[in-house]
Amino acid sequence: MSSHLSGGRLNVAALHDYARKELIDMFDGGAKTIVWDEGLIGPVSLIAPYNLLKEHEVNQMFSLSEGSISSAASRKIIFLTRALPKMMDSIAEHVHSEEQKNHRREYQIIFVPRKTTLCETRLKNRGVYGNVKGAIHEWACDFFPLENDVISMEQPLAFKELLIDEDPTCIYSAAQGLSTLQDVFGPIGKVSCQGKAAKHVFDLLKRIKLEKGAPEKMTGIDHLVILDRSIDLLSPVATQLTYEGLIDELIGINHTKITLPSEKFNNGEDPGKKTIILNSSEDLFSDIRDKNFSAVGDALRKRAKTIAAEYEARHGQTMQQMRQFVARLPQMNLIKQSLAVHTTIAEMIKEITDSFPFMDSLLVEQEFMNGIDTDKIHPFIEDQIGQQVDIIKVLRLICIQSITNSGLKQKVLDYYKKEIIHVYGFEHILSLTHLEKAGLIRVQQSARPFTVLRKTLRLVVQDGSESNPTDMSYVHSVYAPLTTRLVQHLIYKPGGWRAIQDVLNSLPGPTVMEEPFCDIQTLDSSKVVVVFFVGGCTMAEISALRFLVQQEEAPVELVVATTAIINGNNFTRNLMEVLNQK
Amino acid sequence: MSAMITAEWCPVGKDNFYRKFDIYQMNWDLKFDNVCVVAAQYGGPVAVIEDRKKHNAAQGLSKPTIFIYSASGQIISTILWNSGSIIELGWSSTEELLCVQSDGIVLSYDLFGNYKHSFSMGDEAKERKVIDAKFFNSFKGTGVVVLTSSFHFYLVNNVLEPKLRRITDMISTKEPPSSWCVLSDERKSRILVAQGKSLMLLEEMSTSAQPICADINSTHTEITGIVSSHDNQCVALFTDTGKVWLGSADLRVKYCEVDTRWRSKPDDFVWCGSEAVLVLWNGCSLMLVAKNEEHTTFAINEGMSLCQEMDGVRLLSRYKHEMLQKVPTVTQEVFRINSTEPGSFLLEASRQFQKGSHRSDEYLRLVKDKLKTAVQQCNEAAGYEFSHETQKLLLKAAQFGKSFIESSTENDKFVQMCRTLRVLNAIRDYKVGLPLTLIQFRHLRTGVFLDRLVLRKQYYLAIKIAKFLLIPEEQGESRILALWACNKVGQTHLQDDVVAREIADKLGQAPGISYTEIANKAIDANRSQLALKLMDFEPCAKRQVHLLLRLNEGKAALVKAIDSGNTDLVHIVIQHLKVHMSLSDFLYYIREFPMAQALHLKYCREHNKETWKSIYEQEDDFNSLGACSIREAYEPKNSSTMEMILNSAAEYYKKGKNENYQSLCEEHARLLRQQRAMQEKLNTSNFVGLSVNGTLKKLLLMKEQKLADKLRQEYKIPDRRYYWVKIATLGEQEDWTELERFSKAKKSPIGYEPFVDICLAHGNKKGAELYVSRVCDDMKVRYYVKLNLFAEAAKVAFEQRNSQALSYVQSKCYETHPDISDKIANMTHKLIRSSTQWVFALKEHKRHKMNNV
Repeated sequence: MSSHLSGGRLNVAALHDYARKELIDMFDGGAKTIVWDEGLIGPVSLIAPYNLLKEHEVNQMFSLSEGSISSAASRKIIFLTRALPKMMDSIAEHVHSEEQKNHRREYQIIFVPRKTTLCETRLKNRGVYGNVKGAIHEWACDFFPLENDVISMEQPLAFKELLIDEDPTCIYSAAQGLSTLQDVFGPIGKVSCQGKAAKHVFDLLKRIKLEKGAPEKMTGIDHLVILDRSIDLLSPVATQLTYEGLIDELIGINHTKITLPSEKFNNGEDPGKKTIILNSSEDLFSDIRDKNFSAVGDALRKRAKTIAAEYEARHGQTMQQMRQFVARLPQMNLIKQSLAVHTTIAEMIKEITDSFPFMDSLLVEQEFMNGIDTDKIHPFIEDQIGQQVDIIKVLRLICIQSITNSGLKQKVLDYYKKEIIHVYGFEHILSLTHLEKAGLIRVQQSARPFTVLRKTLRLVVQDGSESNPTDMSYVHSVYAPLTTRLVQHLIYKPGGWRAIQDVLNSLPGPTVMEEPFCDIQTLDSSKVVVVFFVGGCTMAEISALRFLVQQEEAPVELVVATTAIINGNNFTRNLMEVLNQK
Repeated sequence: MSAMITAEWCPVGKDNFYRKFDIYQMNWDLKFDNVCVVAAQYGGPVAVIEDRKKHNAAQGLSKPTIFIYSASGQIISTILWNSGSIIELGWSSTEELLCVQSDGIVLSYDLFGNYKHSFSMGDEAKERKVIDAKFFNSFKGTGVVVLTSSFHFYLVNNVLEPKLRRITDMISTKEPPSSWCVLSDERKSRILVAQGKSLMLLEEMSTSAQPICADINSTHTEITGIVSSHDNQCVALFTDTGKVWLGSADLRVKYCEVDTRWRSKPDDFVWCGSEAVLVLWNGCSLMLVAKNEEHTTFAINEGMSLCQEMDGVRLLSRYKHEMLQKVPTVTQEVFRINSTEPGSFLLEASRQFQKGSHRSDEYLRLVKDKLKTAVQQCNEAAGYEFSHETQKLLLKAAQFGKSFIESSTENDKFVQMCRTLRVLNAIRDYKVGLPLTLIQFRHLRTGVFLDRLVLRKQYYLAIKIAKFLLIPEEQGESRILALWACNKVGQTHLQDDVVAREIADKLGQAPGISYTEIANKAIDANRSQLALKLMDFEPCAKRQVHLLLRLNEGKAALVKAIDSGNTDLVHIVIQHLKVHMSLSDFLYYIREFPMAQALHLKYCREHNKETWKSIYEQEDDFNSLGACSIREAYEPKNSSTMEMILNSAAEYYKKGKNENYQSLCEEHARLLRQQRAMQEKLNTSNFVGLSVNGTLKKLLLMKEQKLADKLRQEYKIPDRRYYWVKIATLGEQEDWTELERFSKAKKSPIGYEPFVDICLAHGNKKGAELYVSRVCDDMKVRYYVKLNLFAEAAKVAFEQRNSQALSYVQSKCYETHPDISDKIANMTHKLIRSSTQWVFALKEHKRHKMNNV
């Protein structure tokens, strides 16, 4: 990338500051207490961490599901909530119970990102609308910045709502969010889409432009690529093999944070949990996050050596050199600390990835991707079911088999279903329905598009180097995510998508090819591309895209926007509906 | 020239001048002795009605006519009055004509005589009749106070949002007030009343009348006139002894007291600015009394009517429309004879320059140091002039002076003044008839002022001015166009199509245009079809939908809501439709809109399960019905009827031709039944709710082999799975003999690795070793290593000629068994020499499989 781009033409921090100001402006002076919809605590902390709220006189915080807020010392109570009916019920309960206790309160409700009439009606029916009327606000924060090149709506249920409930609310939010992006960063030059949901987002974006007009800036986002998760269901269920992807799969990253038992870091801390923030402010992490895990060990060793060498350098030096050394000490200590943390994490992961269950499962997964044994009942899956391993693992494998085989034979599918019901119980029957409805498992049709896609898009690359990759397929060791391949074709290959028209036709949903949207001045020196995943994207996909822009000659600044960061586990879990008699 | 200008000035005391000048020559045919003339402030329109007080009884019977004229005397409209008798006329701050009737009804009309709205001043006013009324400028807009025949006051602060307030009673309610006026400050309105010679302040009911005194040196018995200044800071009183008293609004400060020598009650009594009052005895005398006790009389010879403005008084008469005001300070400075102000010299310099005289330079030298002030004075003074000639004179002087200084602020001010004057001159034109002074113009703000042009239907001029003054499109052009459109839709003689097209052509998609506002007007004019057509142009979906709902066009609203993608809007429309349609019609209707139906389904799932199911029934969506039933079966209240509900679910799946699910449901129902039976038979309680596998395992744990076999048969449990369960149970029971027997019963379909694993899992290493030899070749090395039998592992690997396997073994025993490790090194060496490589590792294995395909 050319130097002026590394500063970031699309400065995600601007979005962050914009959202932060909007929120703080809604606060009045005076002491206040925030009562949280728990689902918002994580995302909001990305923009307004507790110390910022404290600066604005937020003295206490409760969560909506907690029993009582009557110990709140301030008169002013702010409910920060999503527009969900059950949250309205909780708010109503709190207000009623405070009234019964004769506590004089001033209430404010801040809806994120916007209120709905349904919720207002709910408040009315619950008889508390009068208490909050005039103090209902909306914090239209659709995108939360995770990274200098990643923004997320932090709506992990978006894909499920879209496909299972057929509720397109997240499409509307997405379009509103993209429109805010335009307000902050300037207008969008042209748009490409693939998939029904992607096209829908674009259609709404066009409508909003009609309503609001385009922002008057000369430069902005050169190219917006909207991809519907439904066009590529393999990437979310395939095992990610990048460092960050594995952390997400095996430990779980929530809003850039992971929590580990602190005894792993035997540095005398109290037993309990240690929270680690993973982002590019940590030099070492930003260096290794996108690497295939097999290359992480080497990278860590190399770093350790350099730092050790630097420490060694303290012997026998002139005073001046000594002074420089001392000046560098704090920074070196930081690197040392971060080395220790990541060595620990890497060891934890290695323990799992070196285990036979992980390797065997990965082997089968990769066989499927290569088109081996995809069309019959696979004994490994059978045995996994027989051993009653975690159902998510089993479902992921079945999904991979179904997708790589472009659907399973009716007989095979029915057999798997029966096995799952017999072993894991009847309560999983609707989960299977949902997976089927979402297209993750399905009955084979006459056409076998995946085989064609694998060839034409080179989805499977043999013998790609893991430590020194030349192709994005390194993120899954053999498999290159279809979505990122599409981006590669669109931006870097001659002819763009026009050259792969047939491929696009075989993908579900309509295609939009580089449709002009707003008039902007394109700078020859660089292009800003935003790739928006409707339905979520994985860390591996993000790594693949980062790899792509670093690899290619043409200077492109790429920002990933998504409804949520997903991985095979939470993606599958969110589609499940486990019945429960309790 | 200066002389001519100052000739019109009338000195009132020292250094204090008033001037009276013509605004318009009037062409109206009015006899001022028998009409009542009411002009609106800020150069507003004039309403004229035959004066009931001067009417004789015979004439009074006929219905009066109200004429509305522009300030330049052009007739705008007439209203044939056929309602109750009018007590008072007035104008609101939005230029609506207000009429107070004796029954307390206040009616309002627009400039064109169209009725707008009305409100009542209360029951008492209606029953006891109103005998007097006054309008006033309140903190909220235009207010009105009425006095009933029982001498009670009622007050409304804003005629647009009438909220009636009863005012506290006067000290004596027996006799009428001799005069009164309203004093309104930033928060409240009070009434200053004179009853005979006593004065009092009245407020709302909560406080009682508050008597106050004014320091009047006279033997009067009655105060016959009270008037407050435009800014409500000063009050003037008129006594029956002919004295005019000026003082502060609270009457504490007395400015002066002047004897007018007229005893009769004046016909008009108003403040002229805030430093003098004008007293008019019609046809006889017009007297100006200033705060400094000076006074002067203007000769008049005809009837006239006065209109109090913020910076003067407008005088309306048969032939003339004049303005009387205090000469603005800056004008005095520039024009006053013998003035030594820099502006005055600059004016002279400019004049000489135009004559081509060298004296110009002399004058200029006089003001050399104060040129900036001079320019400012000339520039500012130009603004106060109505005559184009004088304006030009002053602007030229300013421009002349400006060329000798470098100041961008002066430039800007000059340009600004030119623009302002151009606008002022345009609107003062008699065709428009809006004679605003500079001060009034600045006070009104541009938005209000453009509204006034729009009220006069001067759309074109308003747009030109808005553009000329560089007002942002949303507040200027777009807004005016929208108002034009609103007016257009009121023209009912035009066809809907024509109007809609004309509006769309003119307005297009201009920013800030709200088609909703226009459509709302159309609805007000009973033109809902037109409104519908207009709404097609509205870009904001929310407004569109709400308006369509207002028109009860729920179906059209649904389409728009869906298009917008805003699910909340769709919900709003759905709720509306549900209220306005029968349920069956509604359900039938929304099936055409899958998104709406899906949202409704989601809503019903939480709020109304019955409707939820009935929708699926209507759709013959048997799979969803099946799913509904399954969820229902799991509801705690249905635990006893679960089997039945599952069977009905199966029935649904059967109808939906989903045989797999049908059999799964039936099977589960059957399983439940059998589990109950088992519980009874085996006298235990933990079967119900287990999966097939769980049941099997439990039976095996209970050593109920027969039942287990039966279950295995009935549910067609494959051998592989049976083996997994059996091995796991035996392991759990640590029944190693049985495990051994089982391993030998027949060849294991899942190999012997699970046997090793289960033993290891339960710490039975010895047992595990029994099976390791039977592990398949591929896995042997791995399993020997698992058992820490490194030598054997190495041996197998060597036999398989697998160097990678060897190094794997070595890596595992490197630290613990250095001897074996050494041996392995040896073997590896041998292998490499023989150079035949075999495959083991992940990738190699994979390639091997691929080659097989």
